[in-house]
Amino acid sequence: MTLYKKKKRPLDALMYGLIYFSGIFVAALLAGIIIYIVVNGVPSINRTFLSTIKSVATGTFGILGYMVNTLYIIIITLLIATPIGIGAAVYLTEYAKPGRLVSFIEFATETLSGIPSIIFGLFGMAFFGQSCHLGFSIICGSLTLTLMILPIVIRTTQEALKTVPESYRQGALGLGAKKWRIIRTIVLPSALPGIVTAIILAVGRIVGESAALLFTAGSSYLLPKALSGIFSHIMESGGTMTIGLYLEMAEGNTDHAFGIALILIVLVLGINFLTKFITSKITKG
Amino acid sequence: MNNKSERIMAAVFFVCGITAIAAVFAICVYMISSGVPALAKIGVIDMLFGTKWAPTASEPGFGILYIILTSIVGTLLAIIIGVPIALLTAVFLAEIAPKGLSRVVKPAVELLAGIPSVVYGLLGILIIKPIMYRIETMIYAGDPSHQMTGGANLISAVFVLAVMILPTVVNVSETAIRAVPQHLRNSSYALGATKITTVFKVTIPAAKSGIITSIVLGVGRAIGEAMAITMVAGNVVNLPMPFNSVRFLTTGIVSEMSYSSGLHRQALFTIGLVLFVFIMVINIILNTTLKKAGEDE
Repeated sequence: MTLYKKKKRPLDALMYGLIYFSGIFVAALLAGIIIYIVVNGVPSINRTFLSTIKSVATGTFGILGYMVNTLYIIIITLLIATPIGIGAAVYLTEYAKPGRLVSFIEFATETLSGIPSIIFGLFGMAFFGQSCHLGFSIICGSLTLTLMILPIVIRTTQEALKTVPESYRQGALGLGAKKWRIIRTIVLPSALPGIVTAIILAVGRIVGESAALLFTAGSSYLLPKALSGIFSHIMESGGTMTIGLYLEMAEGNTDHAFGIALILIVLVLGINFLTKFITSKITKG
Repeated sequence: MNNKSERIMAAVFFVCGITAIAAVFAICVYMISSGVPALAKIGVIDMLFGTKWAPTASEPGFGILYIILTSIVGTLLAIIIGVPIALLTAVFLAEIAPKGLSRVVKPAVELLAGIPSVVYGLLGILIIKPIMYRIETMIYAGDPSHQMTGGANLISAVFVLAVMILPTVVNVSETAIRAVPQHLRNSSYALGATKITTVFKVTIPAAKSGIITSIVLGVGRAIGEAMAITMVAGNVVNLPMPFNSVRFLTTGIVSEMSYSSGLHRQALFTIGLVLFVFIMVINIILNTTLKKAGEDE
């Protein structure tokens, strides 16, 4: 053997092969899933599908009710969860002194993010549904999801608050501003892009959620009864698109299920790109 | 006036801060208080180690041993299949991949994490189930004792779960591998080790605690997944054998909750409590042992 001849290492080659295979397999898996859903989903999507609700009388199928309910759940959950989540992040980064309470809050947040959605569903059904007498309703589902997305909102906002330079706070402090004033006028505006990212991530989680909603928000596909029923709809049962997909799948209507799956995938992709876009803006700016 | 609003806001932020603690506390209390009654009525041994699950029969049985075993075995199998692929993908992204390729694979991993679980369920039914049915009919062609599942069995559910844990394991292991200091790799190269030897003998052992964390997170994800496997697992309470139609802790709750009442519903909450105990154990392992191990290094 000479110095110039490379020793052959079959094991190395094999491992290289396996590593490349795994990486490419994961990318191919995603591509396969998207193509499969697009190919099977596009034929189901038409005007009736998007603009009506399921009708036994005419035998047509549409997902407008599910889409409206999803929108309701997103808006109400965000209305409740965003202030609490941002408030908690502000408390952790601006007010709290490192110590037992902070580590306890962080432990609780970690725990919440590790609890599977079916447990949230059971808890929501027992607590909000039965103990608070909300039954199967959009508000019951939203309150349940609030607990579920709280960790994402808290953590992402915390990251954003940490990137606000300390000198900003000290500058304002030097001008005689008090804590809440500094937070309101300096810290939160500077952290705004990060907070927006937190909200978008939360929306992504809400759109894809199903197990936590099945026993809390229910599965009704109806629209608000009239214009005056816009607010009372919150107290009514309302299935989201994922629930619609599940029900259609259970009944064997795979073409309907694929139509909904396609819309969900488009939403998830859109949300992902939006987050990427904002994050790249932050890091550049 | 100014001072007053300062004080009010400090209190408001404090209340927001402890919401997470209150939520975890409330969930613990509710899961225990709604799961324990059935356990008391049926008997701890009869329920946890009983094998007959017939909640609506005239002589009802509430044994959930097979359901618990299915969740454990199913999760382990999903880990055995998913983790090697995920770990190699993490190595690929952190160490090997040319920039162009990692720019495709990395977002793919992120997007896989974002796909809703019902969509995975749909794909499981239409892709994995038929394939498994074909394999099943081949294996058990002349075996009258085997009850055909039509492809809805443990192994189909395991494949769906294996795909679903990929993003978690890839992301966390990749971060851990990237965090290994460069001088460890350089020392290994200086000793004449090849890239592959360095990865498997130096980098991965150095990133051990992060990789174990990723696997534990994967276990948590797999054991808690419900909607994706409700329809591919077959939904019959059975011993967890690959081609048996089975029921997981999660799928048991999803499939029966809507028509359950009385003791049956309480028993479903006990199943939820068992799952909750598993998850809390995983959480405590993550937050104490693994976090400490990570800090020591």
